[in-house]
Amino acid sequence: MNNVQNKKRANKSLPFFFKDEFKVFFVIIFFSTILLISTFTFDKVPPILNRGIQPATFPKGLLVLIMFLTTIIYYLSFKNPWKKEKKLPKPFFLTILSFILFVVISKTLDFFLAISVLSIFVSYNWGERRVFYLLLVGIIFPLVVFIFFEMILGLRFPPGIITNLYYY
Amino acid sequence: MMAPLFSSKLLIVLLFGTLFGLILGVLPGLGPTTGGALILPFTMTLDPLSAIVLLTSIYCAGTYGGAITAVLINTPGTPAAAATCLDGYPLAQKGEAGRALGMATVSSTVGGIFSVIVLVFFAPVLAKLAYEFGQPEYFALAIFGLTMLASIGEGSPIKNLIAGAFGILISTIGKDFMTSIDRFTYGINELSVGIGFIPVVVGLFAISEMLTQSTLLDQVFKRVALKAVKLPSLDDYKKTWKTILRSSGIGSFIGVLPAEGGTVASLIGYSEAKRFSKEPEEFGKGSIEGIAGAEAANNAATGGAMVPTLALGIPGSATTAVILTGLIIHGVRPGPDLFREQPDFLYGIFGAMLIANVLFFIFGFFGAKLFARITLVPNKILWPMIFAVSVCGTYSLSQSIIDVWIMLFFGVLGFFMRRFGFSVVPVIIGLILGELVEGTLRQSLVIFDGNWLMFLTRPIALTFFILSLIALAFPLLRTKKQKN
Repeated sequence: MNNVQNKKRANKSLPFFFKDEFKVFFVIIFFSTILLISTFTFDKVPPILNRGIQPATFPKGLLVLIMFLTTIIYYLSFKNPWKKEKKLPKPFFLTILSFILFVVISKTLDFFLAISVLSIFVSYNWGERRVFYLLLVGIIFPLVVFIFFEMILGLRFPPGIITNLYYY
Repeated sequence: MMAPLFSSKLLIVLLFGTLFGLILGVLPGLGPTTGGALILPFTMTLDPLSAIVLLTSIYCAGTYGGAITAVLINTPGTPAAAATCLDGYPLAQKGEAGRALGMATVSSTVGGIFSVIVLVFFAPVLAKLAYEFGQPEYFALAIFGLTMLASIGEGSPIKNLIAGAFGILISTIGKDFMTSIDRFTYGINELSVGIGFIPVVVGLFAISEMLTQSTLLDQVFKRVALKAVKLPSLDDYKKTWKTILRSSGIGSFIGVLPAEGGTVASLIGYSEAKRFSKEPEEFGKGSIEGIAGAEAANNAATGGAMVPTLALGIPGSATTAVILTGLIIHGVRPGPDLFREQPDFLYGIFGAMLIANVLFFIFGFFGAKLFARITLVPNKILWPMIFAVSVCGTYSLSQSIIDVWIMLFFGVLGFFMRRFGFSVVPVIIGLILGELVEGTLRQSLVIFDGNWLMFLTRPIALTFFILSLIALAFPLLRTKKQKN
């Protein structure tokens, strides 16, 4: 209980733009505004084909609702500040980095190479140092998954430097 | 009722689904929703009945599996088992892990079977009622579902509403289904068909959980030793039978309401067990009634949540949203017509759920010790493997790499949503109900010639709107009462 109060107090002492409440409020309002503006670019249906409402009306209504509710939670946070979350540890950022690596490698080199790289990268950064287990998660298991999806489900994976060795 | 299940193929599917569900339930962070979403692509090789039998058996067994981890390592394998930790772990610490798991197994099975009976009797009645529903009624019902979800779901109701509205917003991406006009596609062809359900579910549940696990690497689990699961004694039965029956009723009722099914049911089941108990001071210290109350309720919610899913096509929980997707993928349209045209199919599902409850009783009773060992697989090995399956499973549905990137995007988004107190379940329900909400609203407005007030002239729709308002007012009243 004391801990939570301390955390709340710590959060209260920060300038408003560093507080989680403001960051969440800002991000939601910012993206909702961009999306709301983009709804004005949607094509309009001629009145004779229009069934009920224009295609842009419904998403507009939703975005306004989201912005309204977000303002309410921000307003309520003045009375009840959110507890300050712990700082994110290094493995979290490395895992995010591995996702970026995955996207880059799967787009440029190979889908399965991307899975292997991510698996080894994540496993290593989460503390695994034994080579056998790194090979298990990075090569043996993705290979089993590949064979399973390819042979049993008859799936064709996107071409790449390693996948092509199997297909051609 | 069981006739369609008397084929070796279906029994094997049922057996596999129950085992797989138990494993998913035992592993913290996974669960029947993630597992169901991951296995959905594999069901494409099965006929519709086998596919849904697989998903429902995962649902039933996965919900129970969470209790094993809750009792032995004080970490709920699934959110629905959170209340089980409160008394399961303290009892296990007293050297009675076997008794705690025995009670969890028995009450889960009773709750599960009770809810299947509710499903068998209640779903056809609801389906018959649904014949009276037109577009305005379906719109009002969907709104009621979303407000209930916001109101009795976990966390802040306003945040839940935002998440639900966001889910509906995602469903508007792509070509408008009534006019074929592109919305939020920004010239990306792949987005014209909209955002698939599976990339969003796998992202919000599996990938966001992977990110959560990356922040918990220093966490150490203390596992309580388990010799064998024991059947509850006669005294235990005498003490808990009323609690089990009450919680089974509560769980089935909560399950029918579109909400977070088992999670809410187990919390209510637990608190009601405490309220009615002769020894409320024992709760939190290893009360056998506490375990029975929570476990009977969360498993009873499984059958309850299937009622609106099958009768109306409106999911009662996140896992039933996955099952609903499975039905749609396999060309089965849930709703009143399903009850008239394909009774064998439905009885197959009912029978499968009944057998799954018996099977997890047997597996849980004899194999809990073995299943508990699964928690020993280190996260640094388990999660990269789950990632590989998630990526391939997501890719396989429409063979699109964009789907995989969407999955990653929703994984990161889901992590931050959960970090800041937004539940991801309303996003899933909003996404699946989105087309229904928008479609019925627009068609209603056509019927009403654009006059919104005409909604109030339809008694059933008006009732749902009033219930929605009550649902929205409920958290306010609850907060006020707590302050007083």
